Amino acid sequence: MAALNIKKGSTSHSAYDLRDFHSDIERSHTLAVIVENEPGVLARVIGLFSGRGYNIDSLTVAEIDHKGHRSRITIVTRGTEAVIEQIRAQLGRIVPVHEVHDLTTEAKAVERELALFKVTATGEKRVESLRLADIFRASVVDSTLESFIFEITGTSEKIDAFAELMRPLGLVDVARTGVAALARGV
Amino acid sequence: MSRQMTGAEMVVQALKDQGVDTIFGYPGGAVLPIYDAIFQQNDIRHILVRHEQAAVHMAEGYARSTGKPGVVLVTSGPGATNAVTGLTDALMDSIPLVVFSGQVPTFMIGTDGFQEADTIGITRPCTKHNWLVKDPAKLSETIHQAFHVATSGRPGPVLIDLPKDVQFATGQYTGPKLARVDHYQPKVKGDIEAITKLVELIEKAERPIFYTGGGVINSGPGASQLLRELVDATGFPITSTLMGLGAYPASGKGWLGMLGMHGLYEANLAMHGCDLMINLGARFDDRITGRVADFSPHSTKAHVDIDASSINKIITVDLPIVGDIGHVLEDLLKVWKARGRKVNKEGLANWWGRIDEWKKVRCLAYTNSDAIIKPQYALERLDALTRGRNRYITTEVGQHQMWAAQYLGFEAPNRWMTSGGLGTMGYGFPASIGVQIAHPDALVINIAGEASWLMNMQEMGTATQFRTPVKQFILNNERLGMVRQWQDLLHGGRYSQSWSESLPDFVKLAESFGWKGIICRDPKELDDAIMEMIDYDGPVLFDCLVEKHENCFPMIPSGKPHNEMLLSADAAAFAGGAALV
Ligand SMILES: Cc1ncc(C[n+]2csc(CCOP(=O)(O)OP(=O)(O)O)c2C)c(N)n1
Ligand SMILES: [Mg+2]
Repeated sequence: MAALNIKKGSTSHSAYDLRDFHSDIERSHTLAVIVENEPGVLARVIGLFSGRGYNIDSLTVAEIDHKGHRSRITIVTRGTEAVIEQIRAQLGRIVPVHEVHDLTTEAKAVERELALFKVTATGEKRVESLRLADIFRASVVDSTLESFIFEITGTSEKIDAFAELMRPLGLVDVARTGVAALARGV
Repeated sequence: MSRQMTGAEMVVQALKDQGVDTIFGYPGGAVLPIYDAIFQQNDIRHILVRHEQAAVHMAEGYARSTGKPGVVLVTSGPGATNAVTGLTDALMDSIPLVVFSGQVPTFMIGTDGFQEADTIGITRPCTKHNWLVKDPAKLSETIHQAFHVATSGRPGPVLIDLPKDVQFATGQYTGPKLARVDHYQPKVKGDIEAITKLVELIEKAERPIFYTGGGVINSGPGASQLLRELVDATGFPITSTLMGLGAYPASGKGWLGMLGMHGLYEANLAMHGCDLMINLGARFDDRITGRVADFSPHSTKAHVDIDASSINKIITVDLPIVGDIGHVLEDLLKVWKARGRKVNKEGLANWWGRIDEWKKVRCLAYTNSDAIIKPQYALERLDALTRGRNRYITTEVGQHQMWAAQYLGFEAPNRWMTSGGLGTMGYGFPASIGVQIAHPDALVINIAGEASWLMNMQEMGTATQFRTPVKQFILNNERLGMVRQWQDLLHGGRYSQSWSESLPDFVKLAESFGWKGIICRDPKELDDAIMEMIDYDGPVLFDCLVEKHENCFPMIPSGKPHNEMLLSADAAAFAGGAALV
């Protein structure tokens, strides 16, 4: 919830001027949503985004605590401060949602994504693709005489950059996991 | 308590343990085991409806007039899909309901079995939460959790989908005390620092207003009591949404009447011109705000709501307080009293002076007639002749609904049941039956339009069967009046499909179901006819033939600011183009 910042004494301003975080600038936010691991919980979260017209740039989900029935959904979304605040509050209303964290504002988060790239090439292009993979610390997890599958982890930006460079070298297929993120520190 | 029983028996046992005395429902193949269990007991009364939508509206009427959750039982497939409008209505108006739907056996789910529907998928966006129970061992706990979720925090409808084999299977029953509910415990106490800030604002405000909504009613009678104390002690003016009528009495000295699209002139102008707006349990609906950018431009806004997502959703506020209205008002009164019960007396006196000027416009004035019944007149008379009685009012949706909100006075909470958020034509009649079931000796009146009323008219049979003496007061303008009004004002008078053609003879219709039918078209006979309706011991269908072309004013057209309000000719003549703000 927003900090209380009532301008003492003066009530002659529009409420819109009083809020210092009121802004039209859209930004990317990574939300971590800790949910009860029960059937349909992902559908509830996705239904909320589609029903209320919010964006999803990336979404990952997996169980994180089998005994405690907890799953973690990591959502990368985009919106103004007000929209992000609204998304957080709406997520918080879902009965099996236990916690919602905005990793973009609450703490600097470590964000990683894993991707697999299939590149088909021969000759100089094949050699070049290996050289680039080395620079990006991508590893070869499958190879034939005409193809490689590279595995790469990193920020989404790093993976985007790798994809751009691989495309002219014979990139034919990409599988990405979406973002996993954790707040830094304790 | 813990013993072996079938799933169907668990449903009935759990309902008993939750203190349920009545359920509204309709049988079918997928719920027959539950109906069998109902047959073999006498503690829970089952009201057999004629359409599942009506069962849900009845449960809403029951819930809103008692404060207890309403319970519904429907079969799979069409039974469940028929319930969807009612569920959505209850979700929009925050009404606690627990709905049970039958489902095909677990081994058939996903095979497009007979009367299979993805009820969980269909109702996910129109319930607060829903559960498919596949394991009989989890059934009783799930039911208890369902009651907890429906009634705590911001209330709402929940649904439990019950495959037929789970109803037959035996398992261990556990009572409500053993059910785990700690995972869902919405915060009810407001932040005391924020409450103290609000008190500071209250002490200084020159032009304050309370803007209250359904949240006050949902918080319970105690919240309405505290609201009255606070409003009367501060001397602040108060207005309310359609949903909140009755929380503060219409006869109270701070009362300005309803606000919003068809709200009172003084209420809307006070909202526009205030310097401190205290929103208690209302949600800045578009029917209230009009054009958002021009909404109450000079005010500091405080918003108390149990649902954090209501805050800053539409209108950005300066002082958000998440909590239950009753709890927050209690703390607010304590702090305000402890700090010496201060208000800005001089500012307040000037403010009331301005409000009193606005009141002089008499925005509800209308030209009466001695030849034809004006709908406003009919409601004024109905109000006058029923006010002192143990009265409950429900409505359908349209002009009659807005006139009812304008011309009837509500002195207590839980006495006014109307479809606010969804605006569901066909709500009022079944809701009135639900209210009457809960309050057998009360005078329950549904104020209806002829078109809305026809949408659930099949429930006449239910009213007859269960001897509910509900009064259906139809303001019959032979028009989809509210549609006609918009076409008149906004679509060049092209009345596309807004006529109520081929209406039944309502008196004969009444008689065919064993009801009393009354028709009245002469204003001079109206009082006697209303008395005849009230005095009749049984259901009455009152066909009140009214002026067909009356428009409902004041009106703020969609998307316009509060100070661009349309007034009736009578009121406008008085206002005389005077500066509105
Ligand atoms: C189920 C449903 N369908 C359509 C509408 C749109 N609608 C709102 S008011 C109205 C006309 C209602 O006519 P009537 O019940 O006769 O009331 P009146 O306005 O004439 O008083 C309509 C069609 C609605 N609110 N609900
Ligand atoms: Mg009509």
